Amino acid sequence: MAQNKAAPPKTSFFAALMRNQIFIPIAALLLLTIFNLIADPGFFKITLSENSNGDPVLNGYLITVIDYGSELAILALGMTLVTAASGGQDISVGAAIAISGSVMLRVLCGSDARAETMQAPIIVAFLVSAIVAMLFGAFNGTLVAFFKIQPMVATLILFTAGRSIAAWINHNELPIVKEVSFSYFGNYFPGIPIPTPFFIAVICFIVTWALLKFTTLGLYVQSVGINEKTSRLNGLNPEMIKLMTYVFLGLCVAVAGFIKVSRLSTINYSVIAKDIEMDAILAVALGGNALSGGKFNMGSSILGAYVIQYLTTTLYKFKVNADALPAYKAVVVILLVIMSAPVVREKFAQITKKLRAGKAQTSAAKAASN
Amino acid sequence: MKLKKLLAMSVSMAMCAALFAGCGSTESGGSKKGDSDDGLIKIGIINNDPNESGYRTANDKDLKEAFSKENGYDASFAYSLKNDEQIQAANKFIQDEVDYLLLSAADTAGWDTVLKDAQAAGVKVILFDRTIDADESLYEASIVSDMAKEGQTAVDWLKGQNLSEYKVIHLQGVMGSAAQKGRSQALTDTAAAEGWTIVNEQTAEWNAEKAQQIVQSVIDSGESFNVIYAENDDMAKGAVAALDKANISHGVGKDVVVMGFDCNKWALEELLAQNWNYDGQCNPFQSSYIKDIIDKLEAGETISEKTIIMDEKGFDASTITQEDVDNYGI
Repeated sequence: MAQNKAAPPKTSFFAALMRNQIFIPIAALLLLTIFNLIADPGFFKITLSENSNGDPVLNGYLITVIDYGSELAILALGMTLVTAASGGQDISVGAAIAISGSVMLRVLCGSDARAETMQAPIIVAFLVSAIVAMLFGAFNGTLVAFFKIQPMVATLILFTAGRSIAAWINHNELPIVKEVSFSYFGNYFPGIPIPTPFFIAVICFIVTWALLKFTTLGLYVQSVGINEKTSRLNGLNPEMIKLMTYVFLGLCVAVAGFIKVSRLSTINYSVIAKDIEMDAILAVALGGNALSGGKFNMGSSILGAYVIQYLTTTLYKFKVNADALPAYKAVVVILLVIMSAPVVREKFAQITKKLRAGKAQTSAAKAASN
Repeated sequence: MKLKKLLAMSVSMAMCAALFAGCGSTESGGSKKGDSDDGLIKIGIINNDPNESGYRTANDKDLKEAFSKENGYDASFAYSLKNDEQIQAANKFIQDEVDYLLLSAADTAGWDTVLKDAQAAGVKVILFDRTIDADESLYEASIVSDMAKEGQTAVDWLKGQNLSEYKVIHLQGVMGSAAQKGRSQALTDTAAAEGWTIVNEQTAEWNAEKAQQIVQSVIDSGESFNVIYAENDDMAKGAVAALDKANISHGVGKDVVVMGFDCNKWALEELLAQNWNYDGQCNPFQSSYIKDIIDKLEAGETISEKTIIMDEKGFDASTITQEDVDNYGI
């Protein structure tokens, strides 16, 4: 009898894990890890060496993952909220990064694209670019919230026009920041062997976590996403909340753009952050969040973002042609979409029910025979 | 409520304004009908969007400077990356009775009808930068870059370095583009003939970040290499960022030979500082060639060779001068 009592919590813990959203990215992570362990354990080797400035830096594939995955994770924060509140995605984040990055370099370089010294402190440049990015976010948000335009259609405007606007900001020139201190934010601070983007990402996670934990924002966003009318009847302002999520995404865009331009101390507005919007949306989907809005889990979106970079790095390691990367990502999307389809879920539930019933019968039979 | 309305109004106004701005930008430079009496040669120039790349920006600037009023030309410009919009612009120029139509086509196909119309209207067509699939009789001349030759020049230079071994990381442009095909082919052929090792051959899609990740991946795997052959400057820059991070020396007399293409000004400055080894030119300055042809045609001469391939240089870090940077940097 004691055995029987102990058994149910065990299965329910596993079932709870299965039901929990974060199960999907964790499963993907495990799958990739196992694959890498079998194919080449060297993937997990991390070494400490010096870079060309003589500063210690950590090297290895895993470091590459947390380094390059950081921008994506930051974007996933905003994209998750936008998805949850408006039931749609912002496809203009790549173009918006081009704009905010261009603004930043414009402020830093002044009118001379090849200025020897920075014309303004980095923090000022960042704040200006953040304001611009949030304004563009507000533009998208206004179209979605007040004009009730489908998010993908609304953000298509900026998606198309964004890179041209970015080109116009710097008069078609490609400015270069020559001061080394600017490159610390996308690479390493002297003496710290862990890449700075990861620290920036962690700060963003903590701020977002605090925002969701200590304010009602998270609750409001979910309720607007689940049912707009009911939330209005309960005294919320759905338009304002949707608008806020887009402005928040704008801020995320500014941070990600900052890291991107700092990596190379320059910007190429036509290719910077190309197709990153698709990866950001994929991160949200991989995190198990419904793309039609409503409930969300921020932690699993973040994990989803790093899993995508993990996948990319793995494919690069095995010299898979970069052209083919989107195809692999598409396979992941197809699996996710199929797995989350109501028909499949119902079938899955039926099967597990049958299995459980079968188990219960056998255990009951065992108990009886005992 | 009032605020909301105001907001709605202002946003829709802004959208309208953007719409008009969009229309306006496809056509700039005034061309009034029938003002060719003042002795100016009237030309219509159809180009790709100058925002597309640094190459295109330099190309557009060069054309604008060359075909100015002071030089005796009345030029109108139309920009688009879309073939149908370009064809529309061409039709308009033909209606405006330009003397010459200069064309850098977005797409190779679909130009026959327009060019026949042009011929019927007595408009002479000169292609620049890009060729099209049309009969040679429909245009006067075609001025192009030979990408395969650019690649060959670079690979010959690399061969001439007489390195004790060749282990090359090959960073390709967007697959299928003319520049990628030409520049890749030269390396692939020579590597096969000379027995060079290609450590990794991967497309970074002209993108610095992707190039950085690809080179990072090779470094992480511990494979050794001593040449980076990047098919444009941006990708070379990304590769160098990865090298710096791993403390691998690069440039003249160092461990890794860095090669780029396109001759951006900043890239030539890297050459001058001996951080890179080689940069191949893709010549955006076509105006002098076009001018030559117009002069010949105006003088009543015929053009014997329809396809004109431009001179393109390759710069070596050990011989480059500040003058080269100023003259050839784009």
